[in-house]
Amino acid sequence: MLYREAGQFKTSYAADMAVFPIRQDRIALWLLLAFVFIGIPLLANFQIWPFGSEYLLRAILVPFLILSLAAIGLNILTGYCGQLSLGSGAFMAIGAYCAYKFGTGVNIPLFGLALSIPPLPVLPSILLGGLMAAIGGILFGIPSLRIKGLYLAVATLAAQFFFDWVFARVQWFTNYTSSGSVNAPQLEFFGLFVNTPIERYMLCLIFVVVFAMLAKNLVRGNLGRQWMAIRDMDIAAELIGIRPLYAKLMAFAISSFIIGVAGALWAFVYLGSWEPLAFSIDRSFQLLFMVIIGGLGSILGSFLGAAFILVLPILLDQVPHALGIPVSVETVSLLVFIVTGALICWLLIVEPHGFARLWATAKEKLRLWPYPY
Amino acid sequence: MLRATLFLAAAAAVAMTGPAVAQQNEQFLPSLVYRTGPYAPNGIPFANGVIDYWNMINERDGGINGVKIAPEECETGYATDKGVECYERMKSKGPTGAGYFSPLSTGITFALTEKVPGDKIPLLTMGYGRSESRNGAVFPWNFVAVGSYWTAADVAVQHIAKEMGGFGSLKGKKISLVYHDSPYGKEPIAALEARAKQHGFTFKAIPVTHPGVEQKSQWLAIRQDRPDYVLLWGWGVMNPTAIKEAAGVGFPRDKMMGVWWAGAEPDVIPAGDTSTGYKALMLQHGAGKFGIHADIEKHLIGKGKGQGKADDIGHVLYNRGLLNSMLGVEAIRTAMKRYGNKPMTGEQVRWGFENLDLSAARIKELGFEGMVAPIKLSCQDHQGADQARVQQWDGKAWKVISDWYTADQKILAPMVKEAADKYAAEKKITPRDCSKES
Repeated sequence: MLYREAGQFKTSYAADMAVFPIRQDRIALWLLLAFVFIGIPLLANFQIWPFGSEYLLRAILVPFLILSLAAIGLNILTGYCGQLSLGSGAFMAIGAYCAYKFGTGVNIPLFGLALSIPPLPVLPSILLGGLMAAIGGILFGIPSLRIKGLYLAVATLAAQFFFDWVFARVQWFTNYTSSGSVNAPQLEFFGLFVNTPIERYMLCLIFVVVFAMLAKNLVRGNLGRQWMAIRDMDIAAELIGIRPLYAKLMAFAISSFIIGVAGALWAFVYLGSWEPLAFSIDRSFQLLFMVIIGGLGSILGSFLGAAFILVLPILLDQVPHALGIPVSVETVSLLVFIVTGALICWLLIVEPHGFARLWATAKEKLRLWPYPY
Repeated sequence: MLRATLFLAAAAAVAMTGPAVAQQNEQFLPSLVYRTGPYAPNGIPFANGVIDYWNMINERDGGINGVKIAPEECETGYATDKGVECYERMKSKGPTGAGYFSPLSTGITFALTEKVPGDKIPLLTMGYGRSESRNGAVFPWNFVAVGSYWTAADVAVQHIAKEMGGFGSLKGKKISLVYHDSPYGKEPIAALEARAKQHGFTFKAIPVTHPGVEQKSQWLAIRQDRPDYVLLWGWGVMNPTAIKEAAGVGFPRDKMMGVWWAGAEPDVIPAGDTSTGYKALMLQHGAGKFGIHADIEKHLIGKGKGQGKADDIGHVLYNRGLLNSMLGVEAIRTAMKRYGNKPMTGEQVRWGFENLDLSAARIKELGFEGMVAPIKLSCQDHQGADQARVQQWDGKAWKVISDWYTADQKILAPMVKEAADKYAAEKKITPRDCSKES
C-alpha cells in the first residue's frame, strides 16, 4: 500500500537511472533530510525532549555520524571492492594527525632547506588530512594486488601497528608536546566558530551527507561496477578488461580518504584532545563489525551498522538506571557486553547479510503488500 | 526475523522514555569509574573510596551542611571516548548539574580539559592529568591538587640522590624510566630530562605498550644496560608484571621506585614475594587507618552499606579515593560559605576550590591527620602542595621510609609557565588576571 508504484512510469533514461527510482523512496529521503537539517535544530532550539538535551547531540548523534562516515569509507573497500581491511583505525589516525599538522603549521627540515606551510584553516586541514590518509591507503593497498582475503587483512594490520607506532614515537607529528597528546585547533569555518552542540552536529551532518551522496553515486557508476566485478571474481573481471591495479588502488584511495576525513572529525569535533590509543586496533575492529552487521556493499547498511554497534550499547547501559533497578555499574557494563554479543550472534545467524538485507526484505514485502509471498 | 526486530526496536524505545526525577535539594556528584578491564584492580578500590566518603557524609552529617549528596557512577573502562560519553551523560544531572568531575585517567582528563570551560564544571585531577594545569590563570577549571607528575618526578630524583649520597654522586649514573606508553607515562619525561641535564646523569625512557602485560624485551634491555635505578610509571596490570619481570632478569627491587600510581596493594600483591623491597612514592598519604576510617567503619561498614570490602579499608587507593572526595566535599563546603547552603553549580564549586584552605587543624577535624599536609589552593595556584614521601613494600605492608620532600620550584615553575603559555597560545586563551578575582 505504502509502496504502490502503480502509475509511476519512467519516460526518460534519466528517470530510469535515478538513484532512488521509486517515488516513495525519494519523498522519504527528502523528509529525512528535512528532519535532520531543519527539524532537529528546531527541536533542539525549543528544548523539546529528547532533542533539547546536549547529551543526545554531543554524545550520541555526533559520534554516530562520524563513525557512519568511517563505515561508509570501509564499506567501499570491503563491501564493494571485497578487500578485507583491518587498518581503518590507522587511516583515521593519519587523517586526524595530518589535519592537526596542517592546522597548526607544517615545518619539514630538508637538508638545510626548510619546507614551511603556515597554519591552514580547519576545512582545508581536514580535507588534506583525508588526502594524506588516501596516500597511506594506496601505499598499504599495493599488497592487495598479490594477496587476498585474510592474508590481505594481515597486511593491512601492519598499517595499523605501523601508524600506531609512528604517532606515538615520531614527536614531529605531535608538535613535540611532552605528553604526546594533542589538542584540536579552534573550529572556525569561514569566520564562523563551531562550538555549540547543534553547530557541531550540523558540521558532521554536512560532511556525512556530502560523502554519502558521493559514495552512493560512485558505487553506481563505472568505478563502482569495476569494484563489484573485482569483488565477485577478480580473474573474470581482469578477463573482461578491468585493470585490478587501478580499480583496487582507487578503492583503497577513496575509502582511506573518507576514513581519514572521519578520523579528523572524530579528533577535532568529538574528542577535542586525543592520543594514539583513540585510533587503536579496537577502532579498526569496531568499524569492520559495523560494516558486517550493517550490510556489506550498502551505504544504508553503514548507518544501520554504526547505530547498532555504537548507540545500542550506550542505550543498554542506561536501561537499568532509567528503570530504577539498583545494579552496580560493573554488572551493567558486563551485561551490555553479553547482550550486545548475543544480539550480534543472533542477527548473523538469522540474517547473515546484515541490517541492509533486512530492510531490503521489508521493502520487497511492502511493495507487494497486501499479498507478499 | 523482521517482526522480531521491530518488536525489539519498540521495546528499546519504551525503555528509553521516562528520565529519572531528581530531588530538588541535592548536590549531584558524578564518579567516572572503571570497575572492568585491565585497569580494574586499581580502579575499583579508588572508586569505592570515593563513593564511601560521600555516603558516609550523608549518613553521618545528613549531607554537606544539610544538602544531601546524590552520587552516580558511570563505567568508563579507562577508555577516552567512553569517558567523554559518560561526562556528557552526567554533566547536567541534578538540580545544579555536576559539582565536579574526577576521571582518574590522564587520557580522559586531556579530553575533558577541552570541554569543561564551555560547561563551567571543575575538573579535580588529584596527582594526575596535565602538570601545567597548576597554572590557574590559563587552566581555570583544572585542579591538579596535592601534586602533579612533575612533582613526582622531581621528588623521585631527590630521593635517589639521597640514597646515593647527595646530588653530586648522581653524575655519570644511569636512571631509566619504564613508562606506560600514553600521556600518563610520557608526562614525567620533561621533568626528568631537566634534572638529568642539571646533575649529569644519563636518563633513558623505555615505553611499555598498553595494557602492559608484555614487557620481556624492555627488561632484557634493562639487564643489558644495567641502570643504577629504575623508575616505574605504570598503571593496572603493568605494575605487577614489571616487578615480576625485574625479578626475572635479576634487577634489584630496592633499586626500583614507582610513582604514586604504581604504589598500592594491587601493584605488589600479585607479584608475590618478588615485590619485597620495591619502593614507591606516596601522594602524601599511604596505607593505614586514620580518624576518618573509624567513621567509615561505624557509619557504613557496620551497617553493611560500604562499597569497599572490610579488608580493603585503609589500602592505598581506597584512601586516595577518600582524599579525593574529601577535597571535593570541602570545596563545596567552602563555596557554601559564600553562596548559601544549597546545591552548588560547577562555577560555584570552582570558587570553592580556589578558596580551599585546609589547615592542619581542619585536617585533624576531618580525620585526615597523618595522611596529608596542609593544602591551600588559589586562583593562580591550582596545586597547592608540592610534597611527597617514599614508602617501601616489606612483603606484607607498605612502610614509610622517608621524610617529606618538597619538589624544587626553581626547576618546575618555569616548566609550568612555559607549557601553560604554549597551551594558551595554541588555543588562543587570554590568561585570567588573578589579582582581580575575588
